[in-house]
Formats: sequence, C-alpha cells, structure tokens
Amino acid sequence: MSEHLPVIVVLAPLFGAVIVGFFGTRDRHLCFPIALTALALSFVCSIGVVHHVATVGAWDYFVGGWESPHGVGIQLRADGVNSLLLLAIAVVALLALVYSIRQDGEKDAEKSPFFYVLFLLLCVGLFGITITGDAFNVYVLIEITALTSYGLVAIGSSRRSRVAAFQYLVIGTVGASFYLIGVGYLYLAVGSLNMADIRTILAANPEIANSRIIGTALVFILLGVWTKMGLFPLHGWLPNAYSYCPSGSANLMAPLVTKVSVYVMIRILFGVFGLGVITENPGWSDLVVLIAVGSIVAGSVMALTQREIKKMLCCLIVAEVGYMVGGTWLGDAGRWGLTGSMYHILADAMMTSCLFLAAGVFAKQFGATRLEHLSGLFRRSPWAAGAFTLGGLAMIGVPPMCGFFSKFYLIRGAIDSGHWLYIVALLGSSLVNAILFFRIFEIAYFGEVPESSESSEGGCPTRGRHAAWRTAPLLVAAALTLLLGIFNRPVIDLIRGTVVENIDIVSMQE
Amino acid sequence: MMEWIKTTIVPHFNFWIYVVIMMLGLWAAIGKNNLIKKLIGLSIFQTAILLLYVSMGVKEGASIPIVDETMGEAAVDFMAQGGGAAGATAFPINPDLFANPLPHVLMLTAIVVGVATLGVALALCQVIFRDFGTLEEPEILNQIQTIQDDV
Repeated sequence: MSEHLPVIVVLAPLFGAVIVGFFGTRDRHLCFPIALTALALSFVCSIGVVHHVATVGAWDYFVGGWESPHGVGIQLRADGVNSLLLLAIAVVALLALVYSIRQDGEKDAEKSPFFYVLFLLLCVGLFGITITGDAFNVYVLIEITALTSYGLVAIGSSRRSRVAAFQYLVIGTVGASFYLIGVGYLYLAVGSLNMADIRTILAANPEIANSRIIGTALVFILLGVWTKMGLFPLHGWLPNAYSYCPSGSANLMAPLVTKVSVYVMIRILFGVFGLGVITENPGWSDLVVLIAVGSIVAGSVMALTQREIKKMLCCLIVAEVGYMVGGTWLGDAGRWGLTGSMYHILADAMMTSCLFLAAGVFAKQFGATRLEHLSGLFRRSPWAAGAFTLGGLAMIGVPPMCGFFSKFYLIRGAIDSGHWLYIVALLGSSLVNAILFFRIFEIAYFGEVPESSESSEGGCPTRGRHAAWRTAPLLVAAALTLLLGIFNRPVIDLIRGTVVENIDIVSMQE
Repeated sequence: MMEWIKTTIVPHFNFWIYVVIMMLGLWAAIGKNNLIKKLIGLSIFQTAILLLYVSMGVKEGASIPIVDETMGEAAVDFMAQGGGAAGATAFPINPDLFANPLPHVLMLTAIVVGVATLGVALALCQVIFRDFGTLEEPEILNQIQTIQDDV
C-alpha cells in the first residue's frame, strides 16, 4: 500500500468525485463527508510522500508498472520541489472544503452536489499536474483543471460570473493549446514525452538542445503557462473570473490554480529544458524578468485603484505571479531566485488562501464586499479580522510571516544576478501592499460600526451557529502563514536539496 | 521562387496548412463578436493542432503499427507478453514500415478534451443567452455595466 502513495494522492479525489456524483445527488448530506474523506486521504498520502522525499530522496513511480524502456508509461515523480506543493494543495483544498460545508436551509448553488464533484475534480487536476513526470500528461491535467474551473466560476449566482467564465474559457483554451503545440514541437525534436527522458536526451545532444525547434517549443510552452497563470499582459481573464465566482470556488482556485501553473513553468525549465536556458541566454532571461517587473507594477497599480476587496486581491495575484516568474528567470549562480520562487509558491498559496477565506467570511457574514463596508470590523468579528491582518502582514512581508522569507530569498537572488529593476519593483510592490492593507486595517479598526449592520443580515438567520465553520479554516490558514514563516528552514532545506543536487547533475552533463 | 516552394512548402505541406488554419481559428476566437462564432474559431484552432500531431506520426508507405504473422509467430508471442526492450534486439522491426502510433493516440485524448471544452462552452452560451437575451459580446458588456454590484 505504502509504495503506491504518489498515485493515491491523485486517485482519492477522482474516486471521491465519482462517488459524490453517484450518491450525493440522491442524498445531499453525503456530499460533504465523502469529499472530506477523499481529500483527507490525499492529505495523509501527501504527508507520506513528503516524509519519503525528506528522508529517502526523490520518488519515481510508474503507473501500472510500465517502466521507461517503452517510453509510453506515465511516470509520477515527487521531489523536494513538488512534494511540498502537493501538501499545500491538500491543505488549501481541505480549508476551502470546510469553509464550504453545506448548511441546512441554504439554497446556494455552490452547495449543490455538482459543486463538490467539480471541487474534487479540480483537486485531481492540481495534484496530477504537480506530481506527473510526463509532458503530455500535464496538458490533459491542465485541461481537467481548466474545465472544472470554468464550471466553478459559472456556478455563481451573479449574471456576470457566466460571462467571466466564458471569457476565461476562451483565453484558457488558447493558453492550453499553446502548451500543447509546444509539447508537439518538443516531441518532434526529441521523440519522447517523459520529462526525465527528454532532459537526458537534450543534455546528451547539445546540437538538438540549441536547435531552433527546441526554442520554438519553449516559447509556445511559456506562452501557454503564462496565459494560465495570468502574467501581465495575459492576465485579462483573472480578476473577473476570481471575483465574480462564489467564494467557495474562489477559496480553492485563487490560491492554487495560478500557483500550480507557475510550478509547471519551473518544472518545464528545471526538469525538461534545463536551467541552462536561463543562464546561457541572458538577453532572453532579462526580457522575461522585465515582463515580470511589468506584471508586478501593473498588478500593484491595478490593486490600488480597486475598491472591491476580492478584485483587489485578484490584482495582487497578478503582482505575485510576477514575483515568481521573475525569481525563476533571475539565473543567479546560487539559484536563490529559484529557491525563493518555489518557497513563494507555497507561501503565496497559504497567504492567498487566508485572504480569500477572510474575504468570503466578510461577504457572507456582513455582506461586506467593498473596502468601505469593513468599518468597525475588529469590533464586529475580532477573530476573522485578526486572521485577515495576519494574511495582510504576510502579503506585505513583515518578518515572522512567510511572505518576508520568500522576498528575502528573491532579493538575494536578484542582487547576485544584478537585476536591480526587479528589486525596485519587488520593494515598491511591498510598499503598495502596505498602503493597501493598512488602509483596510485603518477602516476596520477605527471605523464606526454601521448602525444598519445587524438589521441588514435578515437573510442569514443561521449565521451565529455556522459562523464557526467559516471562521475555523480562516484561523488555521492564518496560523499556517505564520508557521510556514517561522519554520521556513526545513522547507528551504528540502527545496535546496533538489535545486543544489540538480546543479551538480547539470554541470556534470554539460 | 518555384524552387523555394518546391523545397520548403511542398515537403512540409501539412505543417504550413496547420499554421494557416490555426491562425484563422485564433483570429475568429479573438476577433469575432458573436460568442458562437468565437467557439467555432476556438474549435478550428484546436483542430489545427490535431493536424500537427497527426502529421508527425505519418510516414509515406507506412502501415498501421500492428505486429502480424509475417514477422513470425515468435514475434507475435513476444509482443503479446508485453514486449520490452529486449524485443527490439530479438525481433528487429523496420520503423519505416509503420506509422508512429503515439501522436495519434495522444490526439484521441486531445479530441476528447476539445469536445468537453465545446460542451462546457455551449452550456455557458445557453445560460448567457437566457440571462442576457443575446449572444453578441458588445451588447452583453453593455448590459453588464448597468448591473449593480451583486456579488
């Protein structure tokens, strides 16, 4: 049993989705326990995978026992980079699931059995993208993630959510297709789809690795994943899709989908093309860092103009994606930029999860969707407001929180590689975050409690009883942003273990 | 000019056509105002990629990749037991005789993905038409601007 842990992580939510589809539609009360069981199983298995990676080393698993010589078997690979991301996905998904627990008497569409089916299938896609070692497999799982995301966006009660979902669908499909074209060119040149296999072939044949077809493949793949992660200027779909969908969906998608796309980019650079792509083409990597700087600046400026909480957070995601893309392409010799990006994927997943859970709680309990609705929040709901404060501080990058350490490593990498503009953008964006969040803290702490706040919640008579179910995951997420920061050392060590080990392999091969 | 066409375009005819079709589809997906026309463009775009992959696996004069009796009973038995790396040396197969099945198999998956995407998109169009009474994007965007913040 224990030797099959990597595949159980993916299969548990898949079977969970099928079972919810069968039984949940008959009895709605079964949906939540089944989904919870499936995700808890994934969570336990991903802990097992992390433990194995930390103690033994990278774990290669061949689905169905079809090992490499055929070149057609699907390989799963867990190492220091993705095993932690698996765990983060499981944690964020569990928190989002507990938040969305179905309450009696509620008629929201987001509490229907279909919501749980889509929710679990989205988790299948995310887990699969993270753990697979096969380039084409990534495409299929990206599409599973994307198709379920469209459904989760459109499930909202707002008319705008459908239009946002449609726009997301058109852009998302084009992005995934670009990735598919890139994999096609890669296959034309190399004749394999297994990532480790492609890496070996490219390292052994520099004339193929430097050929124009490989360059074309890389450009298409990058365009595809950048569209998927919402890097400026390909971010058009992101703010609408994530702010008009129900908060139950946003809690899962906003922290994870973009982050997993960033991971795909890192995996493709790191495990397929080799990081030589970055260090040997300084002109190109400078250009990508410049695009990332553009994304950071654009995201921060857009966030400043927003008065809606969720829209503001979505714009911040665009800026955060810029951090990670820029950090990956810094190309410093010590790979601190890459380390920072990987750590930031985890940190940002926790921070964004915390902030979106908080935004969901504010919207559900106080009907507060805009900044000015938040006045007097600390007196009305001290726990939720406190958790939101922690998330905001992490986003700004205040020392004990996880956001500080990722910025620390990113800036260290940028100094080593001399990308000063990136440092300026990073610090400027932290400053903007400080302005944004302290504005909210000011409104929430010093603002008057509105007179009408109690009477306006007539539609929510059960909130007192169920508020705890919504606030509990929020508090856990806030605690995790703090813990991930305080105990960042083992996480960084695990990531460095994979990165530094790979430095040696690459330098020996080249 | 003719020489260039003969050496560059004719041998790679499929690949040139795939790019042309793909760009047509992309243009429709981005440029058209009607949502259904956008979807048609998107489908053309996805289908063009199928053409790229299918072209990769095709060889002139090659047959379907099935090991048959002409290669001897032993080869058939060996392949029936799962084949393997050893099989390649024990039973040398001339790859020029067989089309590459892998890209074609991959495209079965891609076709399914395309159908699923189209299904979801058409369902969304249906809901949008019910909500807004139109499928023209500018009109929908006009109506959206008048919606109050109902999130």
